[in-house]
Amino acid sequence: MREITYAEALREALREEMKRDERVIILGEEVGVFGGVYKVTQGLLEEFGPKRVIDTPISEIAIIGVAAGAAMSGLKPVAEIMYMDFLTIAMDQIVTQISKMRFMSGGQLKVPLVIRTQYSLGRVHGAQHSQFFPSWFLQSPGIKIVLPSTPYDAKGLLKSSIRDENPVLFIEAGILYRTKGPVPEEEYLIPLGKADIKRKGEDVTIIAFSRCVLEAIEAAKILEEKGISAEVIDPRSLVPLDLEIIINSVKRTGKVVIVADDVKNGSITAEVAMLIIENAFDYLDGPIVRVTAPPLPTPFSPVLEKQYMPSKEKIVKAVLENFSF
Amino acid sequence: MSIQVYEGATLDCLRENPIEILRKMLLIRIFEEKVEELFLVKGMLIGPAHLYLGQEAIAVGICSNLKKEDIVITTYRGHGHAIAKGVSIKKIMAELFGKKTGTCKGLGGSMHVAIDVENGILYATAIVGSGIPIAAGIALANKYQGKNLVTVCFFGDGAVNTGAFHEGLNIAALWRLPVIFVCENNLYAMSTHISRSLSSKSIAERASSYNMDVFIVDGNDVLSVYKLARELVEKVRNGIGPFFIEARTYKMKGHGVYDPALYRDKEEVKRWLERDPIKLFKEKLIKENIITEREFENLRSEIVKEVEESIDFAIKSDYLEFNELYNLVWV
Repeated sequence: MREITYAEALREALREEMKRDERVIILGEEVGVFGGVYKVTQGLLEEFGPKRVIDTPISEIAIIGVAAGAAMSGLKPVAEIMYMDFLTIAMDQIVTQISKMRFMSGGQLKVPLVIRTQYSLGRVHGAQHSQFFPSWFLQSPGIKIVLPSTPYDAKGLLKSSIRDENPVLFIEAGILYRTKGPVPEEEYLIPLGKADIKRKGEDVTIIAFSRCVLEAIEAAKILEEKGISAEVIDPRSLVPLDLEIIINSVKRTGKVVIVADDVKNGSITAEVAMLIIENAFDYLDGPIVRVTAPPLPTPFSPVLEKQYMPSKEKIVKAVLENFSF
Repeated sequence: MSIQVYEGATLDCLRENPIEILRKMLLIRIFEEKVEELFLVKGMLIGPAHLYLGQEAIAVGICSNLKKEDIVITTYRGHGHAIAKGVSIKKIMAELFGKKTGTCKGLGGSMHVAIDVENGILYATAIVGSGIPIAAGIALANKYQGKNLVTVCFFGDGAVNTGAFHEGLNIAALWRLPVIFVCENNLYAMSTHISRSLSSKSIAERASSYNMDVFIVDGNDVLSVYKLARELVEKVRNGIGPFFIEARTYKMKGHGVYDPALYRDKEEVKRWLERDPIKLFKEKLIKENIITEREFENLRSEIVKEVEESIDFAIKSDYLEFNELYNLVWV
């Protein structure tokens, strides 16, 4: 199969969905003439014109607000927020407006929009351009949360997100844009809420999100050399979450490590851990172990940033120190 | 782009019977008075509610120029806009009671009661200013789809100091979107007088800096509001926009139903109550021999009865079953 990058896979998804459905428009900062700050939307302005690929001012509130209004009036906007950190500027629109619209209108409104954003942890961007806080949105029922880790998943999940009739927060990992992977030429979709077992194993279950999936796979390879068979599960979406695959794996292995790039306090790993306790407590052989960023802002210094981030070494260490096989 | 003071409209600007305009204003007035009574006297309603008393001429003057499919976006002070846009008062009252026969099945309450998609009143937000970019997005979608629909976005004077106002107006003007922004300047954001919140000389002046035509109108003069809206709606329907209206008016009561508004100067209140928009319009119609005092009283009695019926309807309606809530988050 051909190999393309994560960014190219995303671009293909956008292009295919725009060709398929005239209601799909893109809006955001630098998405048109500049082609996207990380070139995900490159060439789309030329192909689809300024009516469908809309450069906006630096106005995050309006980017999401306009997308919400357009979505409730028959379009399917894909709004890009350049860095995940900038979501905070539009939190009212995301959390208090779009996530609530359907519910508080008694089911009258429908807001089918995608917010594409990326977090740049690992790219030496410092404290204000590296944040990853998907757990905040778990407190906001009404918006789906998607976290692709491979080019294949990125494309299939983005296409499904655009076709979804609900708001979707699609969080890309900036550090993965140039990673390559197999992506078929023919069309495919990946349903939201379907986890993927990235590596089968019998001794320990490693559940990892976004960039950390790649670290978990590398960790599993190291563990294999030590005679430990690790299963790596990528939930791919946090809302909806495929609890079934996770629980089935935990029931087999009895040992769980959960890995994500957010800071430990209130991390998405805490939510997954609690769901496992609620649903498979009797099957656990030991504590649920988490590998996350520490509760600190992201340091700029490249050396310190590396120490700050979850890594394959930290995952291996967590497995070896907490479990006996 | 200019700021114009718009005034002096006469009855001949109306395309409909003036009594119908009066009736709509009076319906809002009596509905709101009943709502106030249900909260403060009868204790049958609880939670926040922000009454439209005193501002009736704005919703009626503008919405009377809109088609059913034209879009209105409003705020938590939205009972009047819902009525003016043609939503049945039974559905509105039932929503205030939290019943499943309400516009939002009782999930929105007073602050979101003005969401009724079938009547083109698409959104009512309880966060000040937040509807402005949403209205721009609606106008963008309608323009994109070649629909000749007019979008009207109502908000108060407090909204003009929010970031959403700035971002929304900038984008609407930059992209020349077919939308009319209507700022109902009732002088107070909660208790804060505009002189304590606005750095610009006026709201109109601030709006004009976004490079759009701005109109100042007496929001208690229904004919001037109507005539201005008539002109702008026609332009917007032909794809010209955006426009901004600062309608100057006054809340007859406080910010919310429980607010006695003691922070206002008594003389100021008295002056504005003399300019009650319904009183002014009624006097005009009597002077022009269009209605008599007795006919006005008959009209009032009819409306009181209609509002009483809406209360009966609401009381007799059921609540949604809790389990049904789970079906209303996702499509």
